[in-house]
Amino acid sequence: MSIASDTRPTRKGFRFDRWAPLLLLGGAFSIYVAVAIATGQTQYLTFDNLIAILGRSIALGITAIGQTFVILVASIDLSVASLISATAVLASVVMDGSPAMILPAVLAAIALGGIVGLANGLVIIGLKVNPLIATLGMSLIIQGCLSAFVSNFAGEVPSAFQVFAYGEVGPFPFALLFLAALAVLAWGVLRFTKFGSDMYAVGGNEEAARFAGIKTGRIVILSHIICSVCASIAGLYLASRLRSGAPWIGSDGVYDLESIAVVVIGGTILAGGRGGIWGTMAGMLIFSLIDSVFNIAGVDSYAKQVLRGVIIVAAVAFYAINSKRIVA
Amino acid sequence: MTAPMIAMNGITKSFPGVRALSDVSFDVRAGEVQALVGENGAGKSTLIKILSGVYHADAGEVHMNGEAVHFAHPVESLRAGIAVIYQEFSLLPERSVAQNLFLGREPRTRLGLIDTSRMRAEAREVLSLFAAAGHIDPDSLVGSLNVATQQVVEIAKAVSTGARVVVMDEPTAALNETECEELFATVDTLRNRGVAIIYITHRMREIARLADRVTVLKDGEVAASFDTLPSPDAIVRAMVGRDIEDFFAPKAKPDEIGDPVLTVRGAGNDVLRDIDLDIRAGEIVALAGIQGAGRVALAMALFGEAPFATGDVTLAGEAVSFRSARAAIAGGIGLLPGDRKSEGLVLMQSVRDNGMLTSRAFAPLWTSDQRNDNADTTRMDALLDQMEIRAASYEQDIRALSGGNQQKAIVARWLSMRPKLLIFIEPTRGIDVNSKAGIYHLMRDLAREGAGILMISSDLPEVIGVADRVLVMQSGRIVAEFPHDASEQDIMHAATAETEVAA
Repeated sequence: MSIASDTRPTRKGFRFDRWAPLLLLGGAFSIYVAVAIATGQTQYLTFDNLIAILGRSIALGITAIGQTFVILVASIDLSVASLISATAVLASVVMDGSPAMILPAVLAAIALGGIVGLANGLVIIGLKVNPLIATLGMSLIIQGCLSAFVSNFAGEVPSAFQVFAYGEVGPFPFALLFLAALAVLAWGVLRFTKFGSDMYAVGGNEEAARFAGIKTGRIVILSHIICSVCASIAGLYLASRLRSGAPWIGSDGVYDLESIAVVVIGGTILAGGRGGIWGTMAGMLIFSLIDSVFNIAGVDSYAKQVLRGVIIVAAVAFYAINSKRIVA
Repeated sequence: MTAPMIAMNGITKSFPGVRALSDVSFDVRAGEVQALVGENGAGKSTLIKILSGVYHADAGEVHMNGEAVHFAHPVESLRAGIAVIYQEFSLLPERSVAQNLFLGREPRTRLGLIDTSRMRAEAREVLSLFAAAGHIDPDSLVGSLNVATQQVVEIAKAVSTGARVVVMDEPTAALNETECEELFATVDTLRNRGVAIIYITHRMREIARLADRVTVLKDGEVAASFDTLPSPDAIVRAMVGRDIEDFFAPKAKPDEIGDPVLTVRGAGNDVLRDIDLDIRAGEIVALAGIQGAGRVALAMALFGEAPFATGDVTLAGEAVSFRSARAAIAGGIGLLPGDRKSEGLVLMQSVRDNGMLTSRAFAPLWTSDQRNDNADTTRMDALLDQMEIRAASYEQDIRALSGGNQQKAIVARWLSMRPKLLIFIEPTRGIDVNSKAGIYHLMRDLAREGAGILMISSDLPEVIGVADRVLVMQSGRIVAEFPHDASEQDIMHAATAETEVAA
């Protein structure tokens, strides 16, 4: 018996941890507006500019959706950044400027993601390797193979495929709508399917899940496949945006650690079993708003990095103090 | 007489070096409660694990409804209708009651999606079977329910899977008196529905309240098997193989009680109010009350973990105000937590290291055991010897020891600090009868040597048997005080009665 169990009242109505990401998002948005007004740069407050801010974090958002799946089952994936580079290069090389090769390239990229995710899952479940180590190893393997073959931009993305990154539907970039659709799909999977329910069970209490007859290993493997496929979609997006693939784009974007940070800021706990997609989306928005604030305020890029670090830690501490539970 | 739902015949099971069960036969019929009692290590858990398919018997057979069954895995026994409710719940605190009830077998719509409205309705239906669960909202999070209610959810889950045999492993270990009553009512409901119940417990009162039949295990063998409810004495005799004399230690004689060790006046914080408390040297004071009454909060306030915001505390004549556990320990307070595994022990370290935990925390960072008392392992070994801890060696991992021996190691830890006040929280939870007596005598010895002892216990016979004085708490206040010969009824009444709340 701890003091918490002896004195904790039975709460029902408002749950702080469920709304915390929204609170943080509101805070970040207020700061953004305040800084824009204070520096007199009200042109940053237009609709177009807000859309542009969102547009800069598409790749991170797609990756973070996948990362949410593995973190919910109490796993983690450090191989997403290398996989993003690998799929971008693969797609760009397969297409090599030919519109006819778009479909094979996309399929190849997604297949690569599926294979990497399956391998990650099998190593974690079958060989019982800690997911941190398993996916770190995978990351090194992918990056090593990639660097052995290419050292610079390779291949070329035909203009037809650049629609993915540059196309627009009405006032919205196509990629932004794609991200929104992906988020809705992921939410539906977590909320309404048995697979989603099983994921929360496996992450929350693996043994309870197994005793309830859930095939826990399969759930973890499937989550890893989804995560890696999301990363390969992010790779396709980046290839489309950069018009070619290069072996450093994933690691340059720090997509591995940033996607984890976004998920955690979104209220999904690293121990698994609690969290969701909308938190992750809020986390992504918080990240891009912060970046925009720095840009408007003209913060130098090294200071920017320090501040981002401080903000990540502060956000998680904010949750931990308010919910009186271990968060991350 | 109906045929047994479960019959286990001639079960024998050995582990390397130990014979855990030899030729144990045991049965339970539909609509009855078969109590399974025995000391820790008597083989109760092993027997249950064989029944549920976690272990496989070396010899013997398990029959269910007259047919031989062989469960290779707990999931198989669950499918066959045997549900084991362990002390550590298998519920997901972050998911709703309905989601937990239907975990792994959620009702689906035609599209293959989870049918949440049907799940909610069926959850409500299952919960309504239990008087204690009628008010539970299927949408509330399990983590927001109290322990007793979680247990009802766990039992409801077993029932909703169609369990015909329910095994409960010391289900009241974490419950207070009123919650126990709720649980007993739930067990009655199960029995009336024709479920066969195997009920593992140490507490005689629960056996008297619930059991139809009793089987006593001792050293892996059936020591006695009663087809009608036997007297508690008969059960105890079968459990320990002799009568327990002096189960509780004698109370303090007037001349053994000295000057106040601890005095608290008008203390409070956000949970506690108007706390006045005196504990004298040589005296054991028990704090009784229901869960949430503030007993643990009071212990944590004294121990500096969740300090008092107002009021005065005097320890051995000096005014003190501890703001951290470290300060309280340095001042002479020791605390034995209620949840040994999570709050008291470093399970993967040795018995000796666990004993040294606190004293080492007060030793200088760079020191050797020759130069500093706090790092002296020979002194600790002497204390461990004095506690008569049964371990292969003090180098052994402490998790291999029985609950009673683990508790003694924690007592040794505090003795090395020569405390003036020792706080015991649920000192005998999960400890077998023989070791309980050992702990009670140890507490009395510590008091005789001049320590003041504060004990928090949810086991009323223990409160009455051990304490020289009983304080009852309710809603963060001390509302009543009883001498050592108070009755359970008086204490219960004081703990649950509506009191006038002064403005």
